This record gives sequence, structure tokens and C-alpha cells, in this order.
Amino acid sequence: MSSQVVNVVFAGLGGQGVLKASNILAQVAFASGKAVKKSELHGMSQRGGSVSSDVRFGEEVFSPMVPDGDADYLVVLTLEEVENNRRHLRREGVLVTPEAIAVDNLPHPRSLNIALLGVLSKHLPFSREAWLTAIRASLPEKVHEINVKAFDMGRSGQPTSADSPAMRG
Amino acid sequence: MTRSERCLLNGDEAVAQAAIDSGVALGTGYPGTPSTEILERFNELGGKAQWAPNEKVALEVALGAAYAGGRALVTMKHVGLNVAADPLFTAAYTGVTGALVVVSADDPGMASSQNEQDNRRYAVAAGIPMLEPADSQEAYDLTAEAIAISERWHIPVLMRMTTRVCHSQTIVQRRALPRPAAPPSWQRDIQGRVMIPAYARPAHGRLRRKLAEIAAWGEQSALHRELPGDDALGIITSGVAFMHVREAAPKARVLKLALTYPLPTDAIRRFVDSVQRCVVIEEGDPYLHESIRAAGAEVTGKPEMYRFGELNVARVRRILAGDTTPEAPPPRGKPPQLCSACPHRVTFAALSKLGCIVSGDIGCYTLGVLPPFEAMDTCVCMGASLGVGLGLRHVLPPDQARRVVSVIGDSTFVHSGITGLAEMVYNPPSTGHVVLILDNGTTAMTGLQEHPGTGRTLGHEATGKIVFEDLARSLGIPRVHTIDPATDPAGLERTLTECLASGDLCVIIARRPCILAAGHIKQYERQATAGSRGEGCKTEVTP
Ligand SMILES: Cc1ncc(C[n+]2csc(CCOP(=O)(O)OP(=O)(O)O)c2C)c(N)n1
Ligand code: SF4
Repeated sequence: MSSQVVNVVFAGLGGQGVLKASNILAQVAFASGKAVKKSELHGMSQRGGSVSSDVRFGEEVFSPMVPDGDADYLVVLTLEEVENNRRHLRREGVLVTPEAIAVDNLPHPRSLNIALLGVLSKHLPFSREAWLTAIRASLPEKVHEINVKAFDMGRSGQPTSADSPAMRG
Repeated sequence: MTRSERCLLNGDEAVAQAAIDSGVALGTGYPGTPSTEILERFNELGGKAQWAPNEKVALEVALGAAYAGGRALVTMKHVGLNVAADPLFTAAYTGVTGALVVVSADDPGMASSQNEQDNRRYAVAAGIPMLEPADSQEAYDLTAEAIAISERWHIPVLMRMTTRVCHSQTIVQRRALPRPAAPPSWQRDIQGRVMIPAYARPAHGRLRRKLAEIAAWGEQSALHRELPGDDALGIITSGVAFMHVREAAPKARVLKLALTYPLPTDAIRRFVDSVQRCVVIEEGDPYLHESIRAAGAEVTGKPEMYRFGELNVARVRRILAGDTTPEAPPPRGKPPQLCSACPHRVTFAALSKLGCIVSGDIGCYTLGVLPPFEAMDTCVCMGASLGVGLGLRHVLPPDQARRVVSVIGDSTFVHSGITGLAEMVYNPPSTGHVVLILDNGTTAMTGLQEHPGTGRTLGHEATGKIVFEDLARSLGIPRVHTIDPATDPAGLERTLTECLASGDLCVIIARRPCILAAGHIKQYERQATAGSRGEGCKTEVTP
């Protein structure tokens, strides 16, 4: 694929908000005028099985699936799913896991997906406002505040071991 | 949203949007991944959307709407078309007055299905035109095209989608689509609609003439796209495989087909002649490959190993390179499990403890096959638990026959279990039989849809409700029991033991809402009592 396209793979377990996170990224990319495709496999996923979702954006995107070894970013919501999904990541790709944030300080455990979007957002060319608009549009109003907090926690955090070059690829 | 607005939609949502923009009068279907979201979205957008008890009924309801001159949409997963095949084949003969679009959502790779059958074969077998979208924009455009073809030739049209098209979001540009020319109105056409042999024989001739006309039209149609490229390699493709092809072979010349039955064989032959080597890239069965070869064009297909599973960019590269070395199996992720507080758990613990031979069925509860329960012995298709269980009882030695239990979910029971009960009453095994209906108040497997046993419509409003106990008794089944497995697990085990020993025909209803649905169900009930007081609709789900 042309180097113009950014490939992101989200992975985790059913119920963790993997698809919500990939939806939000797709919306942010779409709102900023990019060509975007998002793909997911779900169906039997509500019962704790592995779930993953691909988001691709750029000038022109063809296949909706990120080819193995082509992901620029791999965002995994639980450490136990990292090994399953490592094949997606390209050599210089960035792995984002819950280790990137202080999980115990999350405003709510269910906002982990949004906090990791915050971590991812540091690498992508979209404004904080663009992210917050998409987050608010995708979540019920009563959880907006919690999730904005979670997003900012991920976004402002110092780069930690999880997204430093040492952990790449 | 304005007409010209661009939106990010998955393929299912795009079909629903096109149906709304085209003034589709009725959308009906039965849930099934990956098709379910079409009707859910159609309903959200204000369309008249209904779940039918099963796909056969759905197709018949849609057919009636199309006989009446309306535009009708019917949706199902690939295996649903097996259930609906009977009306489909003869609807091809009768044709329609309005429009009938049949969406079949296939699941190559079996992300959530029991097989990976390729329903393109149905278009050929039934003799109905077929369109295959490659992304959401095409899902939108081809839905409108399907309606146009259906109305122009008075024929049902198959819209064949796949999981990656249904569940991938891509950008859709809406446009002003043609609205119905006239409102529905009855037109009598006895010879066209009543398929006694004397009228069916000419109807078959009419069908073949229509298909010949559509084939000629397809040759000229702008539906097929040819992308310029290097003559060294030509690729013929359809559906999402087209997207993988563009990425895997950016220099190739490509003929991308949208109307894949009847095929534009002249255009295909011209394309094949214009390139040095021509490869067909398609997911699933070698349908295009065989058809094109049968039309006399020299093309290469894919090696047999690529018939299995989905295609992707890497696999398309391998096909083009003729690479048949074994592929690395993808790492196995964590399989889905029954939720930790799922009411099905109690039931499977009992079945396992009592050493039952379990004739199983399809739904969340199929996961009872996995450890720690391993309490399912057969699972074939929806409704099969009844018939297969009875067959086992008829032939097994009595000591084994007495351990056989048919286990079926509530949605599956309404879908195709009721006729199995009729069979049980009509041809009772000498040891009796035990049917266990797992009534969790929803169609959980496919994402919590309503069905006729919940007493709520697709949009969760109160409507008529089938009471399983009354139904079983009215069929003459002597033992009918209802138990809450969550509050009375011992009672469930005791009743099961008694029923197995009785030698009678027994129906046990294990009733407890799915934990993911319970909150929603309470809310719908509250809304129903607040909103429709005095209308007399029964909406309670008795625990
Ligand atoms: C013919 C056919 N249509 C649809 C499906 C998809 N499907 C699988 S199971 C199921 C229903 C499950 O509901 P239920 O029986 O109530 O069990 P639950 O999942 O709630 O435990 C559906 C719709 C299918 N496999 N086959
Ligand atoms: S979704 Fe409902 S029926 Fe399915 S496993 Fe979970 S609790 Fe059980």
C-alpha cells in the first residue's frame, strides 16, 4: 500500500470497547476529510472472545483489511491479546497497551478504550477537539465527562515504555 | 442529513439507507450475522421493518408486498436462503409487480456461521439476477440498481453481500434515488401468479426470456468497470476481492463485475482477449472461473486452497504468484464463551451431570459444547435439534434413547422448532422424548433481537406473543413444565430427571432472561405500561 495510508489495528476481548474505539478513530479521520475504511469481525464477540478491528485512512484506501505486517499502530486493550495480534504490526510500528497509562487512575475501568485512544492520538495528526467531537458523538452524554478525562489522561501522559522505541515492533 | 451528504456507513447501513432513499415500502427478514443491521438501521431511519419468524416467511411476506406493487426488501444470512429457497425458486417464475430485493449475506471464513456456502450458486439455480457490491458505496448504489432491475423486468433480484462488505465502514455519497412510480394497488394476474403446472410452464419460458434480455442489457451496462493497466496481466473479479486486487496488483488491468448473474460473457471474452494472461480472483467457490471457462474464455482460477476462508491482499498476491505453499495458520484468539452469569450455564451443568445425549441447536447456547460442560452432541442447522433428537430416539437402544434431549433456544424454537413438535406428537418415539426450550427472552446470539415469543416487534413495541406452554399443550403434549434455572437449579435437574424417566412427551421451558437483555427488557416493559396503558397487550416476560 502507498505510504500515504495509515493503518491501525485495535484488538481486545468482547465487551472491552474495541469496536467503539475503532469507530471513533474512523470518525475522526472521516471528519478531517481523509478517505477511510474500517473493518471488523464481530457476531459471536459479546462473550469475551477475541475481537479486532482495522482502520485505514489516507488519500485512497482499497482493501478494508490491514495486511499482516502493515499496521503502523497496534492498540491492544488487554495484555493477554498482544501475542495473538503482534503479526499485524510492521517492523517500526508502535504498540499501545494498557501499560502506557496508569490504569488504576482511570476515571472508570470501562474508559480504558478511550484512554488508549488518547495515547494513540499523540501520534496522529488530528486535533484534540476533533477527537472530543467524535467521542461525544459516539457515547451517551452521561459518560462524556469521564471519557474526556480518560482521553486526556492518555493524551497528556508522558511517553512510557509501552510506546517508546524500545517496545516497538 | 441532506441528500448529498457523505457519510461513513457499513455495507448493511448503506443498504438500509438506499432502501429509505428509494421509498421501500417494507423490509422484512430474520436476524443472522452479518445481515442483521440492515433492518435495524432501516427501522431507525423510519422504514417499516419487521422480523419474521424465519426466512421463508420473510421472503413470502416480501413477495406479497411486491405482488401488491410495493418495493420490498428481505434480508438474511447465507444459510437463511436455504430456508427461504422454496418460495425463491418459484417467485422467479411468477415474478413481481413492484420490486423484490433479496439480500443474502454470505460469510466466507465463517466468522460467525456453521458453514461457508457460496450463495452465488442460488442465483444460477433459481434463475434470478445477482448483484455483488464491493464496498458500502456500491451497496448503496446497487440496492437502487436492484430495485430498478426488479421493476423493469418484474423479477426478484439477489443482492449477494459478504461479511467484509456488510461489516466494513466506507464512505457513502447519497444521491436522489428514483422513488416508486405509483403507490401499491392490486392487479389480478391469475396466470402469472398461480403456479399450477399449466401456468408454470409458460412462466418458466418467460423467466428464461427475461434473463436473456437482462444478459444483453448487462453487456452494455455501466455496472461493470474496466480499469486500465498493463496488458501483461488481466484480472476479473467481483465483490470485496476487487479491493484486495487493486492493492495487490496496482498495475494490472481489471474487469470488475457487479452483475454476476447473468454474466456479460461477450464483454468478458473481449477483456480476456485483450490481455496476455487473465486470472479470476474471487472468494469462495470457483463460480466466476467455471462460468467464464464454460463460456469459452481462457482464464486461470485460484488453487483449491484459496476456496477456504476469506481472501485478503496477501492471499491475492499468492494466487497471482501461483504460490501453493502452506499458509501460516493465524494465531487462535480466545474463543467466545457463555457470559459468566448466563442462565444457559445452569442448564448445561444439569445436562452434563445427568449424562444426557444432547441434540443441540444454534444460538449462544451452542457454546455449551465447550468445556467445562461439553454437553452437546449434535448441531447442524436451526431447528434440527427436534428432528435429530427424535431420529436418535427411534433407532438407539432404549437405555441410550432414554437419555436423548433436544435443546433449543426460544428464537430458534419459533424459527423452526414448532414443526418439530408436530413431528414429535405425530410420530412419538416409544421411549417418549424431552424437549428443553431455553427461553432467555431474546435472540441473543445475533445481538438481542425480538421474536414472536417475546411479544415485542423489531422496534421493541408490544405486539402479539406466542406463549410456548400454551402452544405445547395445544399440540397435545402431556407434560409441560416451566422453570427458572437461575433461582431453581435443583428444580431444573429434578424435572429433567423425572421427564427422562417418564417415557412421555415432555417440553421443559427454562425461562430466565439473558443477562445482556434483562435491563433492556425491563425498560421496554416500563415503556409499554407507560405508553400503551389500556391497549390490552400482554408484554410481561414471566420469570
Ligand atoms: C437459517 C439461519 N438463520 C439465522 C441464523 C443465525 N442465528 C444463529 S442462532 C440464531 C438465534 C439464536 O437465538 P436463540 O435461539 O433465542 O438462542 P440465544 O442465542 O438467545 O441463546 C440465529 C438468528 C442461522 N444460523 N441460521
Ligand atoms: S449474551 Fe445472553 S444468552 Fe448469550 S451467553 Fe451472554 S447471557 Fe448467555
